[in-house]
Amino acid sequence: MSRFKDLQKNLFGGTTSNARQFGMIFTLVAIVVLFQILTDGLTLRSDNLIALFQQNSYILILAIGMLMVIVAGHIDLSVGSVAAIAGILVAKSMAEWSLPWPVAILFGLAIGAVVGAWQGFWVAYIGVPAFIVTLAGMLLFRGGNQFIGNANTIPVPEGFRVIGSGFLPEVGPSTGYNNLTLLLGLAACVAVVWREFQTRKTRREMDADPAPMWISVLRIAVMVGVIVFAALRFASGRVGTSFPVSGIILVALVLAYSFYTRNTAGGRHIYAVGGNSRAAELSGVKLKRVNFLVMMNMSVLAALAGMIFVARSAASGPQDGNGWELDAIAAVFIGGAAVSGGIGTISGSIVGGLVMAVLNNGLQLLGVGTDRVQIIKGLVLLLAVALDVYNKSQGRFSVIGSITRSFRRDTPATPTSSSAADHEPAKTTVPG
Amino acid sequence: MSEAPILLEMRSITKEFPGVKALSDVNLVVRAGEIHAICGENGAGKSTLMKVLSGVYPHGTYDGDIVYQGAETRFSDIRASEHAGIVIIHQELALIPDMSITENIFLGNEPRRRGAIDWKSANRMALELMARVGLQEDPDTLIKDIGVGKQQLVEIAKAFAKDVKLLILDEPTAALNEADSQHLLDLLRGFRGRGITSIMISHKLNEIEAIADQITILRDGRTVETLDVKADGVDEDRIVRGMVGRELSSRFPDHTPKIGEVFFEVRDWNVRHPISAERQVCKNESFVVRRGEIVGFAGLMGAGRTELAMSVFGRSYGVYESGTVIKDGKEIVLKSVADAIAHGLAYVSEDRKAIGLNLLDDIKASTVAAKLSKVTHHGVLDEVAEYKAAEAYRRELRTKAPTVDESVSKLSGGNQQKVVLAKWMFTDPDLLILDEPTRGIDVGAKYEIYGIIQRLADQGKGVIVISSELPELIGLCDRIYTVFEGSITGEITRQDADPETLMKQMTSTKKMQTR
Repeated sequence: MSRFKDLQKNLFGGTTSNARQFGMIFTLVAIVVLFQILTDGLTLRSDNLIALFQQNSYILILAIGMLMVIVAGHIDLSVGSVAAIAGILVAKSMAEWSLPWPVAILFGLAIGAVVGAWQGFWVAYIGVPAFIVTLAGMLLFRGGNQFIGNANTIPVPEGFRVIGSGFLPEVGPSTGYNNLTLLLGLAACVAVVWREFQTRKTRREMDADPAPMWISVLRIAVMVGVIVFAALRFASGRVGTSFPVSGIILVALVLAYSFYTRNTAGGRHIYAVGGNSRAAELSGVKLKRVNFLVMMNMSVLAALAGMIFVARSAASGPQDGNGWELDAIAAVFIGGAAVSGGIGTISGSIVGGLVMAVLNNGLQLLGVGTDRVQIIKGLVLLLAVALDVYNKSQGRFSVIGSITRSFRRDTPATPTSSSAADHEPAKTTVPG
Repeated sequence: MSEAPILLEMRSITKEFPGVKALSDVNLVVRAGEIHAICGENGAGKSTLMKVLSGVYPHGTYDGDIVYQGAETRFSDIRASEHAGIVIIHQELALIPDMSITENIFLGNEPRRRGAIDWKSANRMALELMARVGLQEDPDTLIKDIGVGKQQLVEIAKAFAKDVKLLILDEPTAALNEADSQHLLDLLRGFRGRGITSIMISHKLNEIEAIADQITILRDGRTVETLDVKADGVDEDRIVRGMVGRELSSRFPDHTPKIGEVFFEVRDWNVRHPISAERQVCKNESFVVRRGEIVGFAGLMGAGRTELAMSVFGRSYGVYESGTVIKDGKEIVLKSVADAIAHGLAYVSEDRKAIGLNLLDDIKASTVAAKLSKVTHHGVLDEVAEYKAAEAYRRELRTKAPTVDESVSKLSGGNQQKVVLAKWMFTDPDLLILDEPTRGIDVGAKYEIYGIIQRLADQGKGVIVISSELPELIGLCDRIYTVFEGSITGEITRQDADPETLMKQMTSTKKMQTR
C-alpha cells in the first residue's frame, strides 16, 4: 500500500490534469477494492454492478455535457429541472397524445434543444452569465414540470422503459452467458489493442519514441483484463439481465463526445474559448456560436438523462432530477476540470462520476445512512479539488520547479509514471 | 556620488530552485540617493533578486546576506520589507480598477480613527501624495478611468504612503508611451534630489543610460559587473555587451527592402468607441501598404493605433461607421475575424498573454489555432500534421523549447512571441499587423524578431508594425505613419525619419496633407 501511496503522490505532484486523472483512476480502483473487501464481495457482484450502471448512467450523461460547459467557462444549474420538464412532457405525449415511444424520444430531444436554445441565447448573445441564466432556468423548468403535470406522476408505457431499465436481449446459442454482452466485450478488447497501436504509430510519425513495447503490452493486458472481467460479470447476471441499455447509450455518448472534444476543430474551439476567450475570438473562433452550442448541447443531454430516468422509474414525477446538477458538477471537478475553464476531459469526468457513484453505492451497501453519505461525498469533492488547487499554486509560484518538471518528462522516467503520461489518450490534444 | 553612504548591500546571494540555480553568488551595492539600474536578458535573475530583497522569498530560502541601513536584515515576507521602507512596484500594476485613487493609495494601509476609516484625512493625504508624484486628478476618480501612465503614478503615490526609502521599479515604462515615460523618469530624478533611492529594472537601455547613476548587469544568475554611468562613460552598446557577453554589432539585421506595388489600402476609416458612441476613435484614416514593405505606425499611447488595427482586422474593436478596405484592387468587407483571416490578414496583438495566446495550450495547439482548417479533414484533427507544422515553425523561428508539447506558459516572453508569430505565419497571411512585437522582450530576442519581420517582408508580404519605441520604428520600417488622437497626421519615409520629426508629428493636431 505504501508503494501505491508513493505512486499516487508522484502523480499528484504533476501539475497537468492528466496526471490528476490518472490519480483519479487509481483512486477509483482503490475505492472499488476497498468496498469489495468491506462488503464481502457484494460490490463487484453482477446484480450490484448492473444496478450501479443503471442508477448512475443519467448522471454520467449529464457529466459529459457539463464537462463541455465548464471547459467553456460556464456552469449549468438547470440540468435537473430541464430533465424534469422533458420527462413530464414526454410522459404526457405518450399518455395523452398517444405518441409512439420512439417518436416521443425524438420529441424529448427536441424539447431539450428548444430549452437549450433559450438558455444559450441569453448566455451567448445577450451576455448574461450562465450561472444566472441557468439559476433562472432551474426555477423556470422545475415550475414548468409541476405546472404541466399538476404535480402528479404520469406513468410511461412498457416499450419506452427499455432505455432506462432494458438489457441486451438473449440471442444465439446458449452459453450460460449473455452473448451480446460478450460480443460487446470482445469488440472493446479489439478496440483497445487497435488504439494502442494507432497511438504508437502516431508517436512514431511525430518523431517521438513510442513507449517501450512491454509497457504497451502491459497496458493492453490490464485494459483487456478489466474489460473481460466486466463483460463476464455483466453477462452472467440473473437471467434476463445483462449489460443495461442505458449503459450502452452512455458508452456510445462517451466515445462520441471524447472524439469530438479531442479530435475535432469544434472541440478545440471549446477549449480555446474557455482558456482565453478574447484570444480565441482574435483567432477567428466564433465565440457566440460556441457558447450557444455548448449550452444547447447540455440541455439536449439533460433531456435525454431525464427520459432515461423516467423510463427507469416507469413514471415521471414532480421531483425528478432534484439535485442532479450538483452530482454532475461534482463529477466534472473531481475528474480534473478547472473551475476557471479551459481544462478537463470527458474521460476524467466519467471517472470522477464513477468515484462518486461507487462511493455512494458502497456506503449504502454498508448500511451507512444518507446523512453520513452526504458528509463523506462533500469531503471527497472538497479534498479532490483542494489537491488540484494546491498543485496549481505550487506550479504557479515555482516557475523554475515547473520547468524542471517538464525536463523530467523528457528524460526516461520510471516505467510507472511514463505509462501514466501515455495512458491518457487526451495527452496530445487537450490543452493543459 | 560614490561617497554617499551604502544603503543596501546584498552579499553573495544564491537562490536555488529544484534543479536550477537562479542566482549564484550575486552582489549588489546600492548607495543612498542614487538611481541604480539592474540590466540583464530575460531569465538573467533580475526579478528573482528583487524577490529575495523584498521578502517574497523569505530569509532561509536563499544563501547570502542582506545588509540594509547598516544592519543585517532577514525579511520574513513582503510586509516586513515594506515596513523597512522597501517597496516594489511590479510590471503588472497591483491596483483595483473599480476603486478610487484614494482607496487604492491606502489599500491595506488605511488611516483609521476609532476603528473606522478616516476618509477625510485619507483624501487630504492622497492629494498631498498625488502632488508629490505630479498627478493631477480628482482623488475620487476610479482607477479604470485613468490611463496606464497615471496608474503608474498612483502606484508610486501608494509607495510613498508607506514611507518608502528604497523604491524598486520593475519595468516601469514598459507599458507607457514616450511622454508618460519621460514624465516618470523626470519624477525619478526629482526623487534622487530628495534623497529617495530607486532601483530600476528595464529593458529600455536608452532610458537607463539617461537616468541611472550605477548599473549592475546580471547574466545567467551571476553579477557581470557594476558600472558607474558617468565615470565609466557608459552607453547603450556598452550595456548590451555586458548583458549578452558579446558585441552586438547592430541592433537591427542588415536588410535591403524589395518593395513592390500597393496591394492593401484602407480609405476614410471611421470607427466609434464601443461604449461611448460619441467618441470617435478613428477619424477618416487612410493608409496604403506595398508588397514587401514594412510600414510603421507611430503614436502616443491612446492615439488609436491599436484600435485602428483591430477595427480593420474583422471589426474586432469598436463600432464600424464607414470606410473601405481594398486588397489587390478589389474592395473587401471584413465583418469578422474569420473573414479577415480568410482574406489573408493577421493581427499579432500587443498583449500576448491577455489576448494573444491561450496560456493553457502547448506550442502545437497554439501554432495551429488560427487556421485549424489546415490540419483538419472534415473537421477531424490530424495530430501528425499539427505536430509537423508546429515543429517546422519551431525550427524556422528557433523557438527555445524542448519539444512542441511544451506549454506556452513556460516559455520566456521572446519565445512566446515567436509562437504567436508562428501562429499567424501559419495562416499564410498577405498582410501582418504586428502590435508592439518586441514589448518586454530582451535584446537578443528582439534582434531575431526583427530578422523574422524582414524575412516576411522579403517573401512579398506587407507588414505593419505598431510600436511605442521610436528607435525600433526608425530602424525597422521603410515608411512610418504618425497617428494622433485617431487621425493620421504624417507619413515619413525611412530617409527622413528621425525621432524629432516623428515626435512632432505624433503630437500635432494638424491633419496630414493629402497628396
